[in-house]
Amino acid sequence: MDNETIASLVKNNFPEAITGSAIFRNELTLIVKKEYITEVAGFLKGNKELDFDFLSDLCGVDRVETDGVFEVVYHLYSIYKNHRVRLKVAVASNDPRISTVTGVWNTANWHERETYDMYGIKFDGHPDLRKILTPDDFEGHPLRKDYPVDGRQPATLREIYRKDEA
Amino acid sequence: MTAIPAATTTTHLMTINMGPQHPSTHGVLRLLLELDGEMIIKAVPHIGFLHRGVEKLAEYRTYHQCIPLTDRLDYVAPFSNNLAYALTVEKLLGMEVPERAQHIRVILCELTRISSHLLWLATHALDLGAMTVFFYCFRERETIYDIFEMVSGARMNLSYIRVGGVSRDLPGGFLEKTRNFIAEFPARLNEYETLLTENIIWKKRTVGVGVISAEDAIDYGLSGPSLRGSGVNWDIRKAEPYSSYDKYHFTVPLGKNGDVYDRYLVRIEEMRQSNSIVHQALNILPSGDFIARIPNITLPPKEDVETKMESMIQHFKIIIDGIKPPKGEVYTSIEAPKGELGFYIVSDGSSHPYRLKIRPPSFVNLEALPKMVEGRLLPDVVAVIGSLDIVLGEIDR
Repeated sequence: MDNETIASLVKNNFPEAITGSAIFRNELTLIVKKEYITEVAGFLKGNKELDFDFLSDLCGVDRVETDGVFEVVYHLYSIYKNHRVRLKVAVASNDPRISTVTGVWNTANWHERETYDMYGIKFDGHPDLRKILTPDDFEGHPLRKDYPVDGRQPATLREIYRKDEA
Repeated sequence: MTAIPAATTTTHLMTINMGPQHPSTHGVLRLLLELDGEMIIKAVPHIGFLHRGVEKLAEYRTYHQCIPLTDRLDYVAPFSNNLAYALTVEKLLGMEVPERAQHIRVILCELTRISSHLLWLATHALDLGAMTVFFYCFRERETIYDIFEMVSGARMNLSYIRVGGVSRDLPGGFLEKTRNFIAEFPARLNEYETLLTENIIWKKRTVGVGVISAEDAIDYGLSGPSLRGSGVNWDIRKAEPYSSYDKYHFTVPLGKNGDVYDRYLVRIEEMRQSNSIVHQALNILPSGDFIARIPNITLPPKEDVETKMESMIQHFKIIIDGIKPPKGEVYTSIEAPKGELGFYIVSDGSSHPYRLKIRPPSFVNLEALPKMVEGRLLPDVVAVIGSLDIVLGEIDR
């Protein structure tokens, strides 16, 4: 199915949820309102024409400086129909939270944990929202633009893990 | 997990820690296993020990400077990482790559697949007690590494790809050495198969172990041979051909049962197919440029930089200022040896990526591990980890 057909099909079903769409380099992007993400995700997977059964990727993007929001970006693929779509959802940076899509695609579990770890975006309804890549007592969210690239943690790993050794 | 099997040997559950320093976890993977006797009730993977912040570092580098970062993701298949990254930047720029460069990329990509699968087979077999295979596989892998060294000067972290092509043309002697290798390799593969495929011990360790159905595999986001072992026919080289893959004839091997043994068969057959792709590529390799000639975007060839003033200035400008793609965002994925390797780049029009997200196949494949081992015996964990072919370098990034 081509990009225009996918876009119009989703827009017709969710006229109030889709606030914009763009096609760049033949890739379709749909902007989804935060409140509707689970509903739209369920529709994209369940609809027989669209059949987005595969969540390729889920990640965050820091847009705080320009727009005051974090974006959560979903890359969907349909194995049997062979088409892709990208969903983008803006979440306010002062209280970044959004509903989980783990109920739609199981694979979202670790992706959402990573996004939580890297950006501090909380996924409501996630079965096990823990940090995944950084150590347990790591402070801050390293992929936020206000986290310095040479950011130092208060304690070194040696101090954390070998505190019993003098 | 809904139905926890009733306690068989004891009412006390035991929690043991497998890794991060465990030879069969293929790097620094830590598994927290809750055991009832030898049966696994719950498995919780802990990752991140190798986290180097590649995605953060990329935001502070120019587009060319990111290439060496990608080598160090899946370090047993560095060329695939280079390629996925370069394709994403090229898509962002909306540029074409010369045909010769595309075919050179295919040759090296498939050799990388063979070398990655050889390492997988060697360690997977070693984990399950078959030591001979390890030595055989490393012998062939050595030849491939010699070929890589001829081409790029490096054995492991090639960084041979540039935006728009490759860094230099194939050296003299490359074609002959590669031809010799691919002529010999199918016989070697048969040799490995005589050691394992019908081996009763191998089959007892792998058949019916770590089963995942096609629906579950898709739901958990598995890709690559781990998905095709469950019988799902999805190969990005066929579905969304890149780098002239549509000009090659090859089949996509599929499994039936989604167990460790089927994933083994799929990868063995993939090596045969890769071998045939390299063979075809060597025969149709066209002459021409090995890198596109676009001022201010692609690096001029090294000889020109050394002899021509304009090329030297151009080279200097690209290295110092970087290239500035248009504002926008693209996602490109390729069929890496381990599955769908995707790069998502958000560009704000400057010389650095605003955001670079890597979609590593191993990260997602590992997520399904608890699903495959819960309710099974402890030794099966080793078999299943081996069959998923994970590399912690790209999981932790």
